[in-house]
Amino acid sequence: MAEEKTPNSRPIIDVRGVWKRFGSAEVLKGIDLQIKKSEVTCIIGPSGSGKSTLLRCIAFLEEYSEGEIYIEGELLGFSLENGGRRRVSDAEVDRVRRNVGFVFQQFNLWPHMSALENVAMPLKLSRGMAREEAARRARAMLEKVGLGHRAQAYPSQLSGGQQQRVGIARALAMEPHIMLFDEPTSALDPELVGEVLQVMRDLASEGMTMAVVTHEMGFAAQVADTVMFIDHGIIAASGSPNEVFRENANPRLRQFLQNYFERNVFWQGSEGAAAP
Amino acid sequence: MFNTEIIVKSLPMLLQASVWTVVYSLTSVAIGFCIGTLMCAAGLSSSRLGRGVAAFYVSFFRGVPLLVQLLISYYCLPLIGLNVPSSVAAVGTLALCTGAYIAEILRGGFLGIPPGLIEAARMVGLSRAQILTRIEVPMAVRFTLPALVNETTMMVKASSLISVVGVLELTRLAQNIATSTFQPLEIYLTAGAIYFVINAVISSAGTLVEGRFKAETAR
Repeated sequence: MAEEKTPNSRPIIDVRGVWKRFGSAEVLKGIDLQIKKSEVTCIIGPSGSGKSTLLRCIAFLEEYSEGEIYIEGELLGFSLENGGRRRVSDAEVDRVRRNVGFVFQQFNLWPHMSALENVAMPLKLSRGMAREEAARRARAMLEKVGLGHRAQAYPSQLSGGQQQRVGIARALAMEPHIMLFDEPTSALDPELVGEVLQVMRDLASEGMTMAVVTHEMGFAAQVADTVMFIDHGIIAASGSPNEVFRENANPRLRQFLQNYFERNVFWQGSEGAAAP
Repeated sequence: MFNTEIIVKSLPMLLQASVWTVVYSLTSVAIGFCIGTLMCAAGLSSSRLGRGVAAFYVSFFRGVPLLVQLLISYYCLPLIGLNVPSSVAAVGTLALCTGAYIAEILRGGFLGIPPGLIEAARMVGLSRAQILTRIEVPMAVRFTLPALVNETTMMVKASSLISVVGVLELTRLAQNIATSTFQPLEIYLTAGAIYFVINAVISSAGTLVEGRFKAETAR
């Protein structure tokens, strides 16, 4: 907590030459990226480009096939020995990624538990917190995402946007050093997207380190420090929102953004409004 | 002709014996549930040994008649030097048998759990065992409750078989009374009615629990 915010300190996430293959399909083809403390990185790209797979590899929900991923300096999922690598135990994986929070596209709340239990249960089980303390922390987290009044509701009784905010509260309660968001608003009705993005904006302004796979270009343009465009398993463009959205001439990126704006402009002659 | 007096006279004893029926069958279902959960988890695990053990277990206990299993354990346990009371051996056998069926019932429930729910649990640091007991089992039970209640009522009825290996329970006592009073029809009708009531209570309890689960998913 007392740690100094030094922008050039060791990256929280360090991905080096990561490949991911599913059988003969190459989904990630040599990804290098770093995410530093308090940075917001938005990862954009066409569907099937590998952006969700990359995020899932960083969380070790997928085993990467080649390369190295370091979380706060520790190699994730493997140990290196005499030139090879060996898969470490689940407990060791848990230890290395204990400061990584993950928010899923499909929320993935446990349907047999109330919103409060969804947040409190992991605190009790994996942080060994006492019942009352876990409940207090959980309630505070739900307040933070604006759902204090829905603590006793079951996921099925909540809207998609509310469920996703509970999902964010569940991850936040573990006091992560970095939050990974895998298309957090893609499963939501359009009118519910805003409330989730607002929670994420608040988090970013509090200095949370975030990596967000998203189709919300407006969010990326406003909040991101770095935007990465992934295409066919490689980072095809990367830089500040301005560099990526305005200056980068990569034809695939231009085509992708063009498609996006065409989909999102519905009023003739509103070109000005379409620009980020 | 139909002797109601004998029913009234033996009812207290029969009810007492039915307590044993309930104790034996529910105990074996409880133990069988734990066995079934483990066998189910083993059968769905990535371990080849685990899958092999589970497959053999399920095929043996489903493939051999329960009565034969009871007789085998009754005659075999003393042979291998295990002198346990016959009631313990009988409950153990019932548990092993129902465990095989429960494993199969739960398998369907386990397979219905969205993988994302397990991933979410992994990401907040829950261990495999915690995921099993806190996420997978509660969800699988919700998916398969009617079948589990059904299995429990089957076990209440199947517990009558342990009378064969000399364990006193409802059927055994009914037999004893029937042979000493020469009024088998009255006694067996009474015993049958008691079984019916026990299972009616279990079914209603199941419906109640089902209603509670429904409340979680009702909008």
